[in-house]
Amino acid sequence: MTKPAPLHKALADATFQAYREAVIRLPLDVLKVIGNAARDETNPVARGEFANILKNIKTAGELAVPMCQDTGVPVIYLTLPPDVPLTQELYDAVAEGVRRATREVPLRPNVVDPLTRHNTNDNTGLGMPAIHVKPGQKFTVTVLPKGAGAENMSRIAMLLPSQKDQIEKFVVETVYLAGSRPCPPIIIGVGIGGTFDGSAALAKEALLEPIDSMTEYEQQLLCAVNRLGIGAMGLGGDFTALAVKVKTAGCHTASLPVAVNIQCWANRHATVEVRR
Amino acid sequence: MTGTVVQLTTPLGDEVLRLKAGDHVELSGIVYTARDEAHLRMREKGIPFDPKGAVIYHCGPVIQDGKVIAAGPTTSARMNELEGFLVDKGVRGFIGKGGMGKTVREQLKGKGVYLAFTGGCAALASSHMTLKGVFYEDLGMAEAVWAIELDRLPLVVGIDAHGNDIFEAARVHAEEVFKTSTTLSCQSRQ
Repeated sequence: MTKPAPLHKALADATFQAYREAVIRLPLDVLKVIGNAARDETNPVARGEFANILKNIKTAGELAVPMCQDTGVPVIYLTLPPDVPLTQELYDAVAEGVRRATREVPLRPNVVDPLTRHNTNDNTGLGMPAIHVKPGQKFTVTVLPKGAGAENMSRIAMLLPSQKDQIEKFVVETVYLAGSRPCPPIIIGVGIGGTFDGSAALAKEALLEPIDSMTEYEQQLLCAVNRLGIGAMGLGGDFTALAVKVKTAGCHTASLPVAVNIQCWANRHATVEVRR
Repeated sequence: MTGTVVQLTTPLGDEVLRLKAGDHVELSGIVYTARDEAHLRMREKGIPFDPKGAVIYHCGPVIQDGKVIAAGPTTSARMNELEGFLVDKGVRGFIGKGGMGKTVREQLKGKGVYLAFTGGCAALASSHMTLKGVFYEDLGMAEAVWAIELDRLPLVVGIDAHGNDIFEAARVHAEEVFKTSTTLSCQSRQ
């Protein structure tokens, strides 16, 4: 039998720490990609935007404050080792960590009822935090705080199996329609295959992949997107997007689901091992 | 862009008419945050501060213990149809991200400017800010009107007082590329 109280505290603590880390410091692969783009950008106005972004990242780290005031909604990925059973307690512990992060980091209370718009003021609610669980060897919690500006620009399409060549157009169209709103330069998660909902989950998980390496297909999508010239913050420039990451899953022979999850330049996520 | 940075202090006057889209500026003095809800209330009940030469910041900050913790810009386009009464009352500038629509571009002609601040740069913003007061606190932290004193916040002129709009220029370019691009347009470059 597991001991309920210590496990609860350990997971809540790990969730708090991962949330705090995620909103204050960017992962190394993300820093590298932003740094490279800042170096290579040729548009003078966009160069100013990159200068602000780099200064902001430094300031957030030095002052230990969130880099963006939209500290997002809590998207959580749990990896459970064989000896940790999936119980309601895990969900409660993650929610406790989110509430603590909201008070202590602090985070902006963003979670509301979708219809009454009543704010719970602690970033939890029905189905929030959004918790995804998979089996693994280590007991870890990953926090991906998702801001609304970029999330709102995400799209999904149920293409025909014969429309494989239309995937690129759908990705480019999604970025074109988003324009300046998702805080470019963006990172683009693409989920191809699975089911309607599954492709969207894949697109979000793709954002957790290292963005400092891309396949030929991902580079091709990135190149097509950057031809739009929307640039940093929509002011025009070479880098509308910094990276494209694609995840695929098997799908019905009559389907081709494609989901595009847009992320702002602050591709925030952090993983902490739960210390039992 | 000339590479020089123009220093501005609120309340703003006719000096804003000399600014050109693409100019980098540093803004000091009091600005007022306002998002959707605050705009609606101000339009209905009147502006709770002196609007002459004032600057509105599209921002829902994180405030803790009387301090601005994080205060980056929100998407200005949501307020596209809500700024007319503010310009009429003397507001000279709006700060936000992503640019604004044709309505605001026309309203600003001969009167004021739209200044872009880099989205997501909330920590950088707060390091240039001191909290001075609040109106409409009942609207909640994000939607309240916070009076914030700026110390040289680095901005770029997105829309000037002569109808020049660099966001619109980038949007038109993207539209042309999108409408004329052929599928798999980058494949041959691999």
